[in-house]
Amino acid sequence: MTVDQPKYKTSDEVDFVIVGSGAAGGILAKELSTNGFRVVVLEQGPYLTEADFTHNEIEILALDKLTNHPKLQPTTVRKTPDEKAKPQRALVYGRCVGGTSVHFTANFWRFHEIDFIERSKVGPVTGANFVDWPITYADLEPYYTKVEWEIGVSGLAGASPFDPPRSKPYPMPPLPVKSSGVIFERAARKLGWHPYPAPMAILSQARAGRSACVNCGFCLGFGCEVGAKSSSLVAAIRVAERTGRCEIRPNSYVHRIETDANGRATGAVYFDEKRNTHLQKAKAVVVCANGAETPRLLLLSANKQFPNGLANSSGIVGKNLMFNSGGVVTGQFEHPLNDYKGYAVSRVLHDFYELDPQKVGFCGGGGLDARFDFTPISFAFGGLPPGTPRWGKDFKAALAQDFNRTMEIFCHGTSLPVENNSFSLDPDLKDAWGLPALRLTYKDHPDDLKLGNWLFARANELFDAAGATKKWSFPAGEQQFGVHLLGTCRMGNDAKTSVINADHRTHDVKNLFLCDGSSLVTSGRGQPTMTIEALAFRAADRITALAKRGEISV
Amino acid sequence: MNELNRRSFLLRTGTGFSAAWIAANWPALLSAATHGHDAAKAATPPKFEFFAPEEAVEVEAITARIIPTDETPGAREAGVVYFIDHGLVTFGVDDQKAYREGLPELQARVKEMFPSVAKFSAATPEQQDEILDSFEEHAETPQKAIKPAQRSVRRRPGAQNFFETVRQHTIVGFLIDPDYGGNRDGVGWKLIGREREHVFQSPFGYYDKDYPGWQSAAKEADKT
Repeated sequence: MTVDQPKYKTSDEVDFVIVGSGAAGGILAKELSTNGFRVVVLEQGPYLTEADFTHNEIEILALDKLTNHPKLQPTTVRKTPDEKAKPQRALVYGRCVGGTSVHFTANFWRFHEIDFIERSKVGPVTGANFVDWPITYADLEPYYTKVEWEIGVSGLAGASPFDPPRSKPYPMPPLPVKSSGVIFERAARKLGWHPYPAPMAILSQARAGRSACVNCGFCLGFGCEVGAKSSSLVAAIRVAERTGRCEIRPNSYVHRIETDANGRATGAVYFDEKRNTHLQKAKAVVVCANGAETPRLLLLSANKQFPNGLANSSGIVGKNLMFNSGGVVTGQFEHPLNDYKGYAVSRVLHDFYELDPQKVGFCGGGGLDARFDFTPISFAFGGLPPGTPRWGKDFKAALAQDFNRTMEIFCHGTSLPVENNSFSLDPDLKDAWGLPALRLTYKDHPDDLKLGNWLFARANELFDAAGATKKWSFPAGEQQFGVHLLGTCRMGNDAKTSVINADHRTHDVKNLFLCDGSSLVTSGRGQPTMTIEALAFRAADRITALAKRGEISV
Repeated sequence: MNELNRRSFLLRTGTGFSAAWIAANWPALLSAATHGHDAAKAATPPKFEFFAPEEAVEVEAITARIIPTDETPGAREAGVVYFIDHGLVTFGVDDQKAYREGLPELQARVKEMFPSVAKFSAATPEQQDEILDSFEEHAETPQKAIKPAQRSVRRRPGAQNFFETVRQHTIVGFLIDPDYGGNRDGVGWKLIGREREHVFQSPFGYYDKDYPGWQSAAKEADKT
């Protein structure tokens, strides 16, 4: 499964230990090992490859083969800090080499200029801890381009008049349009909107030894059997392995960052598959464990010198969590769309990316995409119109009639950062290793719910313009569960109000770096993975420059 | 709401089984259930790993009301009872309890609601639906009256998740990729119109078959 991987001893002080092999960790492993450094990647999940990926919905929906396991890793949930949290599933993230990028939908549109400077532009928002980023879109643009070319994104440059400036076209044309995309495109144009081919991290052409998408239809939730989905597994980890300097160590659950008397990180402590404890020594530590597990690891690493948790002098580790607002409007049509064929999303529009708060009465923005991301089983449970009988002759008839005639418009939007919204350590519940479980505290900012309902109204207009025979949605409700885990160790110039600086270095521990969804300062408009990957490419450049200047002693 | 909210769900209920299949009982089971799927034609019938044969008959009768056989095959023809049986000793061990407790409760409801009927599988389809409906949580409305026979049993604690568990397992066993132990002969996918291929090519459906290729809105405006 691997090529010429070195095997480092835990007592070897490697240059970097990277915690997590997902969207960010995979790219940092690729870049840092390519730049000549010796790297160990500790991944809590197993090392699965294309041969392990199937269309077995049981493995995905019931056995959590690719994701965090709710029994081994239970979580608790509450709305506000004065409540006692109750055991409840709070999140899904990828738990295998490649992380969430293995099973994601692969929507890869860039953030726009506004996402980095929105606080300056619209002013303060009551109840939100809303700030600008310390970097701008222009700083990140070269790295978005790197993601498109090195990881593999299909799309059409210039197709959306709302797109931010770019330095290079996409490396591959868009994937073939689906019936849902054609319906969406025609209706949106009738309304004067600007739909465009959705940029997807899925290969439309064979590239870099990987197959083009075969349109098998088992995409969201599943690992790609042909390597067409541009996961970190196929697009980054394998490049890192080929350097001969990077070891991927799966089934390694990091639960503490060790520090010395000088307050420097000395390595990562982890359980192996048999639950034996090891310390992998390293000159510097890079945590890419996702927006929930990264703050948890810092909090679990509290010691006498860092009583509130590592890198938490600001007290905001885990806070300002953002999930992205939005939801789904579903519609049915007269003729078969057969939208189960292919990948999920073929058309998107961003006419509503920037809305005027004075006009709409809330702060935020978003987009609409045309999709069908159901499998046969998930459709039977979640794709039929409200009021359909749950069993019997009429249920069967609805399945037969509706499966091929249904599409969804997914509304993706901002979440405002709210300080109380957080991941923290549950004071009572433990995971299967005896460590404090993740506790989610989350109550959507009122503007996020207003935006959700505003976008639903646009999606309903689109379905009307398209001549849908039936359409339905539910009012935007408060979220108690997330898959976009953003903002919990935010980037900033002030050590009192942020956890990392613009180089992804923690303000408090000079050889500790964080890069993943936790680094984001604002939520974008949904679909954050491409930005996480652009940040990872940029972080690798910054970290390499620091190392070359002798500032982190690697 | 995020994309996985609607999905990360449903398939976790939590419930039980045992009883090895005795080959000698196979013909008896067949006649009792009067079903005719492929297994019946097999020289060696598949073994039940969890259900006793008489339990399998009852479970199959339930699945046949959830996805009935009409002009097209239903749960019976899809071999759903075998999928559930195997599931209860593999991915669905946690659901064993629902069946262990639910099957006696089902029998109790049959006796209370229709004293002259010996067991669920012997009831008429209409009676079966009324018995299963007694497990469902729904308010009494003018359109949906609670039938007199259901009144005493429908709120009884302990078996609430039995029917829901069987319902979910039946749907999964009917619609799963046939390579993974259910959906025999792909009858579930035939019903919903999903072709059993691994590779598809565009055009996919009615609305994209005459798509002329991407044209920018400006170009389209020029044409008109």
